[in-house]
Amino acid sequence: MRISGKGLLQGARPVTFSFNGRHLVGLEGDTLASALLANGVHLVARSFKYHRPRGILTAGSEEPNALVTIGSGAQSDPNIRATSQEIFAGLEARSQNCWPSVEHDLQAINDLAAPFLGAGFYYKTFMWPAAFWEKLYEPVIRKAAGLGALSGLADPDACEKAYAFCDLLVIGSGPAGLMAALTAGRAGADVILAEKDARMGGRLLAEVEQIDGLSGVDWVAQVLAELASLDNVRLMPRTAITGAYDQGTYGALERVGHHQPRRDGLPRECFWRIVARRAVLAAGAIERPIAFANNDRPGIMTASAVRSYLNRWGVAPGQRVTVFANNDQAHHTARDLVEAGVHVALLVDSRHDAPDSDLYPVIKGAQICDTSGRKRIDSITVRSVKGEQRIQTDCLAMSGGWNPTLHLTCHLNGRPQWNRDIASFVPTPGTVPGLACAGACNGTFSTKGALREGAEAAAQALADLGVQSARPDVPEAEDDPYNITALWAVPGKGRAWLDFQNDVTVKDVKQAAAENFRSVEHMKRYTTQGMATDQGKSSNVAALAVLADATGRGIPETGTTTFRPPFVPVSIAAMGAGAAGQAFRPQRLLTSHLASKEQNAPMIEVGLWYRASYFPTKGESNWRQSCDREVELVRSSVGICDVSTLGKIDIQGVDAAKLLDFVYANTFSTLKVGRVRYGLMLREDGFVMDDGTTARLGDTHYVMTTTTAAAGQVMAHLEFVHQVLRPEWDVQITSVTEQWAQFAIAGPKSRELLNDLLDEPIIEANWPFMACGAVDVLGVAARLFRISFSGETAYELAVPARYGDALFRALLQRARALGGGAYGMEALNVLRIEKGFLTHAELNGTVTAFDLGMQAMVSKKKDCIGKAMSARPGLMDEDRQRLVGLKPIGAVQQLSNGAHLFKPGDPVERVYDQGYVTSAGFSPTLGHSIALAFLKNGADRIGEEIRLVDHMRGIDALCEVVSPVFFDPEGGRARG
Amino acid sequence: MRFSGWRVLKEGLTGNKGWAPHWRNPEPKPEYDVVIIGGGGHGLATAYYLAKNYGITNIAVLEKGYLGGGNVGRNTTIVRANYYLPGNSEFYSHSLKLWEGLEQDLNYNAMMSQRGVMMIYHNDGQRDAMVRRGNAIINQGDDAELLDVEGVRKRAPFLNFDNNRFPIMGGLLHRRGGTARHDAVAWGFARGADMRGVDLIQNCEVTGIDIDNGKVRGVQTTRGVIRAKKVALAAAGRSGQVAALAGLRLPIESHVLQAFVSEGLKPVLNHVIAFAESHLYISQSDKGGLVFGSYLDFYSSYAARGNLPMVEHTMESCLAMVPALGKARLLRSWGGIMDMTPDGSPIIDQSGIEGLYLNCGWCYGGFKAIPGSGDAYAHLIATDRPHGAATKFKLDRFRSGHGLMDEEGTGAQHNLH
Amino acid sequence: MRINCPNCGERDRREFYVKGAALARPAAAAALEAWHDHVNLRDNPAGELHELWYHEMGCGAWIDVCRNVVSHAVLSTALASAADLGGAR
Repeated sequence: MRISGKGLLQGARPVTFSFNGRHLVGLEGDTLASALLANGVHLVARSFKYHRPRGILTAGSEEPNALVTIGSGAQSDPNIRATSQEIFAGLEARSQNCWPSVEHDLQAINDLAAPFLGAGFYYKTFMWPAAFWEKLYEPVIRKAAGLGALSGLADPDACEKAYAFCDLLVIGSGPAGLMAALTAGRAGADVILAEKDARMGGRLLAEVEQIDGLSGVDWVAQVLAELASLDNVRLMPRTAITGAYDQGTYGALERVGHHQPRRDGLPRECFWRIVARRAVLAAGAIERPIAFANNDRPGIMTASAVRSYLNRWGVAPGQRVTVFANNDQAHHTARDLVEAGVHVALLVDSRHDAPDSDLYPVIKGAQICDTSGRKRIDSITVRSVKGEQRIQTDCLAMSGGWNPTLHLTCHLNGRPQWNRDIASFVPTPGTVPGLACAGACNGTFSTKGALREGAEAAAQALADLGVQSARPDVPEAEDDPYNITALWAVPGKGRAWLDFQNDVTVKDVKQAAAENFRSVEHMKRYTTQGMATDQGKSSNVAALAVLADATGRGIPETGTTTFRPPFVPVSIAAMGAGAAGQAFRPQRLLTSHLASKEQNAPMIEVGLWYRASYFPTKGESNWRQSCDREVELVRSSVGICDVSTLGKIDIQGVDAAKLLDFVYANTFSTLKVGRVRYGLMLREDGFVMDDGTTARLGDTHYVMTTTTAAAGQVMAHLEFVHQVLRPEWDVQITSVTEQWAQFAIAGPKSRELLNDLLDEPIIEANWPFMACGAVDVLGVAARLFRISFSGETAYELAVPARYGDALFRALLQRARALGGGAYGMEALNVLRIEKGFLTHAELNGTVTAFDLGMQAMVSKKKDCIGKAMSARPGLMDEDRQRLVGLKPIGAVQQLSNGAHLFKPGDPVERVYDQGYVTSAGFSPTLGHSIALAFLKNGADRIGEEIRLVDHMRGIDALCEVVSPVFFDPEGGRARG
Repeated sequence: MRFSGWRVLKEGLTGNKGWAPHWRNPEPKPEYDVVIIGGGGHGLATAYYLAKNYGITNIAVLEKGYLGGGNVGRNTTIVRANYYLPGNSEFYSHSLKLWEGLEQDLNYNAMMSQRGVMMIYHNDGQRDAMVRRGNAIINQGDDAELLDVEGVRKRAPFLNFDNNRFPIMGGLLHRRGGTARHDAVAWGFARGADMRGVDLIQNCEVTGIDIDNGKVRGVQTTRGVIRAKKVALAAAGRSGQVAALAGLRLPIESHVLQAFVSEGLKPVLNHVIAFAESHLYISQSDKGGLVFGSYLDFYSSYAARGNLPMVEHTMESCLAMVPALGKARLLRSWGGIMDMTPDGSPIIDQSGIEGLYLNCGWCYGGFKAIPGSGDAYAHLIATDRPHGAATKFKLDRFRSGHGLMDEEGTGAQHNLH
Repeated sequence: MRINCPNCGERDRREFYVKGAALARPAAAAALEAWHDHVNLRDNPAGELHELWYHEMGCGAWIDVCRNVVSHAVLSTALASAADLGGAR
């Protein structure tokens, strides 16, 4: 119920939203939780396991109970904390994990079965019969588990990612954070102040207190106004710091449009990577509940949450409130309620020395041992020296003390320290380099203390950075001692909740201890304590205190579980922003891309590149027809293919030849200028890394080509070899892959075509096979290489990339005139299989030069990368699988990639496996299928019969082992 | 105590007061027949099978932290037998068979769920590699099925089929693969070993290995000297450090692999799905959390945590491949320390020092190996001969080059896996 | 995670490729055992480690990075060309 005249939303505009289909009205600035409470709605959700009715426990992101789904259809957004979600016009929220409704949830029957559903019960049953796990037990469990539901539709909303850099990142905008930001801001440092709440001010927004004679809220406004006036300070409300990472990197989640009606172009969230030279953690503290029987009913809240709803949002969560506490601070809840005109029926304080009050009745040295009320609390049972008494109440505010919000200090494996005086863990200094803690997150709970520590932490950070700062005067504020006597769980019968969402009770923790899950990590994992969406923010410390008690150890010896990122859950959409649809990776397009698409060529992904698969012509209805035609046109006239995706690396310098001799197995220093040579490159472990051709353009100038797949790897490798192994060599290495467009012109008519195009025709005698040099094409300086990946007379013509499109079109036009045309990847592949040329299908990372029959290429006269290890016995073993060709015997059958090979008559079992097929296709040239394969001792088995079995495709074919060069083994066509 | 549904009912009716400890907390004895260093999945399983299959029960498992606190407690719980290289094929096949009867064998519900592992391919090359793999799986006697895009769509209609930078072409389905409840695997083996008399000693760090004349004599620990006839390493990411205590250098680098879990959600994913293009693998636990991961962080690390670039890569992969998960929220991320070998395959072998045995190099695939590794390692320790399913996991293969098992094809060299 | 490139200054980890331990290459004529040691065996210390990083998305420098692999602290960086890892020529 809203109290008129109370809270910070005076004069705010009304906002209409819906909850479980009911239209309700709140105020601008309300969270869903405050708006629901203002409307008298307490039953919001059901718990995970027992489906107990649940209300709103907290007023922050640590909320374990009040999780709802907002939106509908593809925009449906599950597991939203009602305590963090701001309301906006048209917001639709609904309860989740309940059926048919949150009021009447059939699965609440689990609550009756609770004795059988205790800690770890599922490890002890559901084992018979074995097949029933997948068929019966597990489907039932899975259906019951989970909280909210995804829509199953692609997320239609956009998110963003961004980077930011600053001198000082201040995390949290309560008194400590504001003083830190002010101190650094006034000193001129580059400051980011991040606050997860929509409104800055932290607890000052929720408390009735004065700073320097101003109300806390007015003081906040004054400081924020000054910070806003400073250009060097960036205020980031609605921004939760999600994680601390190495070297001062922090993750942050900003709610950009998540709290508003959808608008085009407005991202829902933005995930920030903030790099901060220093950081001040001023994240405050989280109040912890007390465990007692039935402490989980709607209407039972933390005492600070009750104060927040009252003082910030002007909402009284009850008409007849009771308070249960073990510390002085919680008394403020009773005081503020009474001063706002709300009846406080009783304050129960477990301490015998608790303060008295004139405003409300206090029972000292007493405890609440039970409550009643199914869908909302209606009474509490108080146990004191006078015995037990039942008190009517509709809202119970409880406080077991405060846990500093030190999570970020543990993200780099830091462990907090136990502080007996405040019965809490506090941060261990230095666990995150460059990050200091101030205020409540540091265990300093007075406002004055927080203000002072905030200023000091910032001043120290500035001093570290060498920035002069004037230490601001610490304003006058409350500086009361924090009086607390630890109380974790009230002894007694009945279930007392620790982890509200996962339904972990004191009994469960004790049972875990009894079953020897004494390590805090074992207890957590066995009971699921702290594993819910709140990650135990309000419950972990109490649970380990109960465990410590049950195992007869102290809390420090028991230790904590580990806090890990993210501090608040982060949507996959936010952290994955930018990757949806086609944007997952960059697209690399060839200069011939447009022209190829105009020819209706299907474009396929090759790494990041797109290449034309084939170029269909009229009457062709499948790729095989096009492919066969393209192979034939290369073999009979001339074909054009864009080969620019191959890596091209320009290597220049006096020692360029030395470098090539060192990185290639074979020799390049002996290559003549104007000539090209095939090279085989090994990894240092002796296996083949890559192959390609390298041309010598000048005495000290080479151009290397790599396979498409390995271009980046080879470039890094060359730089490694030069910079790390041979820094004294004078050589420069530059990737020019994208600077040159290069086209293969292949076929018997390739020279004819070329001479029609070049400014000066080439003379055959000057351009033998494997020649290279400069030419002019249509007035453009170009490079010509007489190399062939098809086995035909062929050239590769390279021009600066800006001429690629024009050249491709010109080549195509002339090729057509000669009865040829373009050919794509499919035909290219068949052509090279016919010739036994290799791609990464064969160079699959596990083959050696020996396997390829190329061991002679590993020069004996010089050292090279991989030479020593390539001589290991296991890399030259006769029994290694070695490259062969396969052709079918008898009726033409399909051969297939990935099929395995067996001796005819052997069982088709692993132990008889002889090898596998790497590349297969139909050769229109030969009129039958052909394949390349690795076969055990293959080079010595030419002429043998072998059985090819592909279970995946249902192929079982008898083949003859043949040389891997199927066509023109003498190579006369390429030289012709 | 034998676990059963009846027991749960009986205890429930009598206030759950009768549950006994899962295992004892014994003080270390001065001497054991076998000391196993490392109380993770592999160490506990080894102790269990030594006791069960070979009657060797005078065993201590020494764990420097808590049982199951290493990689068995921080992985993505995937179980499969879909390897394709000899050595790995027969081993993981054997391991999967042990998984299939594990609950009944251990009398502990490890929730092994054969919900199927579906590997997605995006282009012809990946398809061909999967065909090669699928055929190897069938030849080994396990199951694999090549799916076209419609086959994938039928099983996972919410993947990004229509607007994907790397369109989905199909998949390889391995029906007997699935997931298990990782902690329960460790606890089940621990309980089974303890019941057979094995001493599980927690908070006991090995600080030295005593070797005399090339023969192991025992270990020094933070809880005193323990003599042993045989000492068996099962220290995963810490293998290098422990081996160094015996003066050994291993072909191992320790790297961090991150894993992720989302908030609990109603069932959306049935299979385990892995994508060839981004290395993303994802499944949904019985509790409802999506469990996923992708690559290593790639730098050497002993910190069980990682950094943002790989977190973001994984989330980006998720959004690109399964856009229906956009509104799922990452709840927790963590890291495990992976003992990476040059070829990405493990070592179960004698060390060259008499009585000292090695079980390491599981890279990022150790979870699925647990029963098989425990069985094979127990065989080796008990008989000094390799188990039939693990004959190829030799230490010497890196020196000789014989029988390297580079499943990824990225190279039998550090930093390439 | 950020690495200080000697040429470019401190940059995000994602600009770099990391190769692993920085080790001197054996002489060409070294015995197989030395090569096995170089290619396969590792000290793999839980502490300070010299690694080779490549500023692939930046200046292209190979960098000798000394890190504590437990805390991830970067202790020093220098151009790898100065590290003399080429072995006997």
